[in-house]
Amino acid sequence: MDVAWFLVLSAFIFCIGIAGVLTRRNPLVVLLCLELMLNAGNLALIAFARMHGGAAGQVFALIVMVIAACEVVVGLGIIVALYRHRLPIDVDELSELRG
Amino acid sequence: MDAISFGWLVLSFPVAGMLTVSLLWNRLPGRLGGWIASGAILGSFLSSIGMFVDLQDRPEHARSLVDSAWTYAATVDFKVDMSILVDPLAVFMCLVVSGVSFLIHVYSVAYMASDRGYSRYFAYLNYFVFSMLLLVLAGNFVVLIIGWAFVGAASYLLISFWYRRATATYAGIKAFVINVVGDVGLVIAAFLLLDKTGSLDYRGIFQATDNVFRVDDGTLVAACLLILLGAFAKSAQLPLHTWLPDAMEGPTPVSALIHAATMVTAGVYLIARMHPLFEMAPTAADVSAIIGTATLLFAATVAVAVTDLKRIIAYSTISQIGYMVLGVSVAAYGPGLFHLMTHAFFKALLFMGAGSVIGAMSAAQSIDRMGGFRKAMPFTFVTFTVGALALAGFPLTAGFFSKDEILGFAIARGSGYVVLAVVGYLAAFVTAFYAFRMVFRVFFRNAVPEARELEKGHLAHHEPENPASGEKEDTDVGFPGPEHHIAERSWPMKAAMGPLALLAALAGLVQVPGIDEAVDKFLEPTFADSRYADVHPSTGTEWTELGIGGLLGIAGIGLAYLIYLRRRSLRLQIRERFDALHTFLFNKWYFDELYELLFTRPVAALGRFGRNVVETDFVQGTIVGGATGVVRVGSSFARAIQTGYLRGYALMLLVGVGALALYFLISSS
Repeated sequence: MDVAWFLVLSAFIFCIGIAGVLTRRNPLVVLLCLELMLNAGNLALIAFARMHGGAAGQVFALIVMVIAACEVVVGLGIIVALYRHRLPIDVDELSELRG
Repeated sequence: MDAISFGWLVLSFPVAGMLTVSLLWNRLPGRLGGWIASGAILGSFLSSIGMFVDLQDRPEHARSLVDSAWTYAATVDFKVDMSILVDPLAVFMCLVVSGVSFLIHVYSVAYMASDRGYSRYFAYLNYFVFSMLLLVLAGNFVVLIIGWAFVGAASYLLISFWYRRATATYAGIKAFVINVVGDVGLVIAAFLLLDKTGSLDYRGIFQATDNVFRVDDGTLVAACLLILLGAFAKSAQLPLHTWLPDAMEGPTPVSALIHAATMVTAGVYLIARMHPLFEMAPTAADVSAIIGTATLLFAATVAVAVTDLKRIIAYSTISQIGYMVLGVSVAAYGPGLFHLMTHAFFKALLFMGAGSVIGAMSAAQSIDRMGGFRKAMPFTFVTFTVGALALAGFPLTAGFFSKDEILGFAIARGSGYVVLAVVGYLAAFVTAFYAFRMVFRVFFRNAVPEARELEKGHLAHHEPENPASGEKEDTDVGFPGPEHHIAERSWPMKAAMGPLALLAALAGLVQVPGIDEAVDKFLEPTFADSRYADVHPSTGTEWTELGIGGLLGIAGIGLAYLIYLRRRSLRLQIRERFDALHTFLFNKWYFDELYELLFTRPVAALGRFGRNVVETDFVQGTIVGGATGVVRVGSSFARAIQTGYLRGYALMLLVGVGALALYFLISSS
């Protein structure tokens, strides 16, 4: 199989993820789309690993998955804290860090 | 021990006294601090006598000794030492300064006894005596200027001694500012002389004067006029005299010491010391003579009108120093300095007597409120009258011999100087008048309540208040102490006033024309190089001139007797007829108002302009405000990006990464 197909698929999924991050207001959905973007990157890494025949890309993809997991933990923790403090669960409303 | 070692001792004693009193101030019991300080000055006086005796042992041409403590600056062609010069003039001044200072210290031990700032007072007083001795013993301009500045500082500290009194602090500032004007003149003169002669010490400058300068050379006249600026500021001559009457805010012994006997005579000493320069620049010497004469008449007229006892004596000081300045300007050095000595005696005595009377009046100083103290205060009356007789030049007192000798020399110089001598005689008449104005108004006529109480043995006591403005005060530190002291009840005050009264009466006998001229002979080695050394009125002429002076003195006393004791109504009639003149004299010829208009107001306006326009509008507004404004505008652009809006940030992130990737893609292809 030509590596191009995998890359196109990866780019496609990445763009869907971007569209979700830029458009959705619920932080949970933003996190989901962020995961989509990360997984698209993983797909590209695996495709290149298969192309070159080495394991470096696959190892890197595993590391990215670990990091994605940690990041999701932190993000979900923030969202639970928002719920507990009765703040609106809406990305547009949470804009106090402004200059 | 030789004269130079005594010279260093003369300077060391007051320093030791000052350090002891100021470091041990709260451990010395009772009046011990005062006695230590007085002992230090006695040490100085005895060392001065040592200097005198040693100098007299030497041959006449070898009576000028120089020694230096350390070298301040030394380069290839220029050297400055911390050096002292011991010669007859310096020894004369040391004797007068240390002798009178010692008596005033003894007086102050009693006078300031109940003041909370007792030790501070004696530390300052010793510091002053050290500075004055440093000034007169200086061997070059550097040490002279150091002593000059120290004396100004000591004067400020002592005038504002009662520092919680606003009038005292204003007076101290006024004295210091006017003195600084003089200091500037003195320093610039030193620079000019250094520039032309290449040396700063007296010997070098005086030896070079004949070679470097022509007679009336422009630079020399300028340097001499600047020296005169310094001398007139320190000696309170026109137009820099306004600080001295206000300096009466200080304690009376301070007025006696600094503003009568010693500091104000520093200007006269300076002109006498610089006599080679002044003789090469006759223009400057003439300016000095004219200003001295103008001052002596001006101050005598004002003393006739003012009513504060200490201020009458202050104006008298200004007037008598005018005589001294006239004397040393017409090259009558011996008579001028002899008058300095006798004036120190009788003026200090007058101030001490005034202090005693003011103590009896419970700190009131206006002669309008005084009268009839003759019976209540016999000792003060006798000593004050002796001082007044000497001031008036009554025959055979010290003042009789000293004052008119100066005028005799002026007449012997001839031409224009005769006019100055006539003015001097006129002022002598006025001097005798105001001297006995004081005596008759304070000690004769009807006794005021304070005098009557004192006759019964009870010293009057009023609420403490500022004598000039009437404000209420207390008696804690910074204000005068609760008790007032009079001579009749304090033996230290009597011990000081007694010898001065004897000196005021008898000191004239050391310089009787034709019989002994001890002062002239003693000072001869210093002034031997004067080109006017031979200008000398004959003995007969001198006695005539002294006689005229004595007659004028008696006439002045007689007029005062007439107006103040015999026909009292005459006084009020004269005042009514000459009301404008009286107001003019009472307001001291409006000099204070003139200086307020010329100097104080413009400088204050300049200060306000500086605060409002330069500081507030320009620096704060334009420079500081402008800088912050620019930064604020610049940063408002940066702030506009920070919306706090998450999706906006994400978009910017993506656009930025995309642009970067595009750039690298395009540039690598």
